[in-house]
Amino acid sequence: MFDYDKYLRLNKLPLIWCAGCGDGIVLKSMLRAIDRIGLSKDEICMVSGIGCSSRLTGYVDFNTLHTTHGRAIAFATGVKMVKPEMTVIVVTGDGDATAIGGNHYIHAARRNIDITVILFNNNIYGMTGGQLSPTTPFGFKASTAPFGSVENTFNISGLAEAAGASFVGRGTVYDAIKLDRMIEKAIRKKGFSVVEVMTPCPTAFGRRNRLGSGADMIKQLKEDSVSIEKASSMTAEELNGKVVTGIFVDKELPEYTANYQKLIEQLQGR
Amino acid sequence: MKADPKGVLTGEHYLDGDHACAEGALAAGCRFFAGYPITPSTEVAERYVSRIPMVGGIFIQMEDELASMAALVGAAWGGKKSMTVTSGPGFSLMMENIGLAAMMETPCVVVNVQRGGPSTGLPTMVGQQDMMQARWGSHGDYQIIALSPASPQEAFDYTIKCFNLAEKYRVPVLFMMDECVGHMTEKVVIPKPDEIEITPRRLTKLAPEKYLPYKTNGDLVPEMIVAGTGYKIHSTGLTHDERGYPVMSPGTQDQLVKRLCDKIKLNADDIIEIEEDQTEGAEVIVMAYGITSRVTLPAVFKARKKGIKVGYIKMITAWPFPEKRVRELAKKVKAFVMPEINLGQMVLEVERCAAGQAKTYHVPHAGGWVHDPEDIYQVIEEAVK
Repeated sequence: MFDYDKYLRLNKLPLIWCAGCGDGIVLKSMLRAIDRIGLSKDEICMVSGIGCSSRLTGYVDFNTLHTTHGRAIAFATGVKMVKPEMTVIVVTGDGDATAIGGNHYIHAARRNIDITVILFNNNIYGMTGGQLSPTTPFGFKASTAPFGSVENTFNISGLAEAAGASFVGRGTVYDAIKLDRMIEKAIRKKGFSVVEVMTPCPTAFGRRNRLGSGADMIKQLKEDSVSIEKASSMTAEELNGKVVTGIFVDKELPEYTANYQKLIEQLQGR
Repeated sequence: MKADPKGVLTGEHYLDGDHACAEGALAAGCRFFAGYPITPSTEVAERYVSRIPMVGGIFIQMEDELASMAALVGAAWGGKKSMTVTSGPGFSLMMENIGLAAMMETPCVVVNVQRGGPSTGLPTMVGQQDMMQARWGSHGDYQIIALSPASPQEAFDYTIKCFNLAEKYRVPVLFMMDECVGHMTEKVVIPKPDEIEITPRRLTKLAPEKYLPYKTNGDLVPEMIVAGTGYKIHSTGLTHDERGYPVMSPGTQDQLVKRLCDKIKLNADDIIEIEEDQTEGAEVIVMAYGITSRVTLPAVFKARKKGIKVGYIKMITAWPFPEKRVRELAKKVKAFVMPEINLGQMVLEVERCAAGQAKTYHVPHAGGWVHDPEDIYQVIEEAVK
């Protein structure tokens, strides 16, 4: 039995997350991945923005900063620059990272700074009651799209890939074991890494769109998931509404803080 | 403690205020700078980045001012003295995270080389129009420290003071330069490192299991830690208790926000620095700050020649406002005169503190240029009547 307690601030429980929310599955997966790598709790600095997923930093016994909406990656950049030896992990959501914080997301990927972003994609602003996010699927309802969204969505993983990230993967809370491995790889990667996790919000997204309970939504994620390998032989039409999962990018690229250190050493004539 | 010699360019220099500010930051031990280009402040960043790798520190040009201010706070929690530099539009973008820095009690310095506004305004020309934004720009209740230099030498000296105050009170300190001071070139004397007093970070000596990140010990300012040194604390922009944990209650908010304000308000005497000249026995006192404090001098001299008893106060500290001194003087003088390059900002504080006991005259000037000293003189003449 895995000992989650040693990583948690037990005096901070209970969690604020609703019954049926997938965020706890991601939290546990992340802790298992951290444990497998063997990082000490003090080596980790975890930074979050605003939203349900971002409340995670309050529960884990690492160096944790709970910052402003959309800015977690920018804060983490400051931490990583002055503490390159630390493992810096950002916990964020679809709205936090790709709406209000979209600019920081793409620029951190462009710099390829060694930060791991665990991005909880629940297709909605859950904490504030279910407003439209950049990943709310076309036609789905939100409190600010009561007649269904008429907007296109972001491909969050594709965005990180295009912007230059070293590691990009997408998993689901259904496939939690696969998710462990993906998060582990992402943290181990020297460079900007993104793990986009599809996670259900039964309260603010599921109920409004009649998607059933949290368990129903997780089952649906299983139905909708298609591996990258399988997806490669499917047509765009067949892929409509599917969630392609797997590792999209896993490259060795020059990393920003290392490059910066090299410059300093060169200029100081070491 | 004394300044780290690595950052101190001891000697006589011919520098503009922006460059002097960068040298002040380096002398103060600032080792992290996140910025975004904006006129007329960019020279601070350019000077800093051309020096910092050799000194041993980091400069990063972020994607915008929101990110700059965020990275700054992150770096401060990573243990570095950190700064950013901007002007009006960027200052507005930084406001949210200036509030976060105040809430998390993060020492850092934000320099605003003021230009004419609102909006894009007069990007290359002077203004003193962000003085109230400095005080009230972020949301919620908090107190801030803001200083204003009047020369490149002061840009150097008071940048160091900004860093020292930021550390002492764990608060973002705003350095409200103006375009004239930023772009004016004069002699700047940089002292030897052992002549520069530096306030180190107030790091706790308590063991991690005994340490509470927001518990104070008598003086209203909690001790800090550096991430990755065994303390594993949580810091949040939410209303929090002594453990740093979010507590959504009016009681906790009351305790926290009052302390955030009190740590500045109750230490105002220690923080505030003003220069006075012939204020005793004066009939009229002219108060000014930044470039306007220099433009005012010919008007003061002329009035004195004409036999008017004019006192002069140069405000180095804008926030907290030197309330106590103005209240004292209001009982003795006929009037205060305040010229500033805006249509009425700091003068509202003078008026509030004079509280009807002395009259208050404003000498407004829109952005773009400094006052004609004669305009200030005319108001002094009227005020003494």
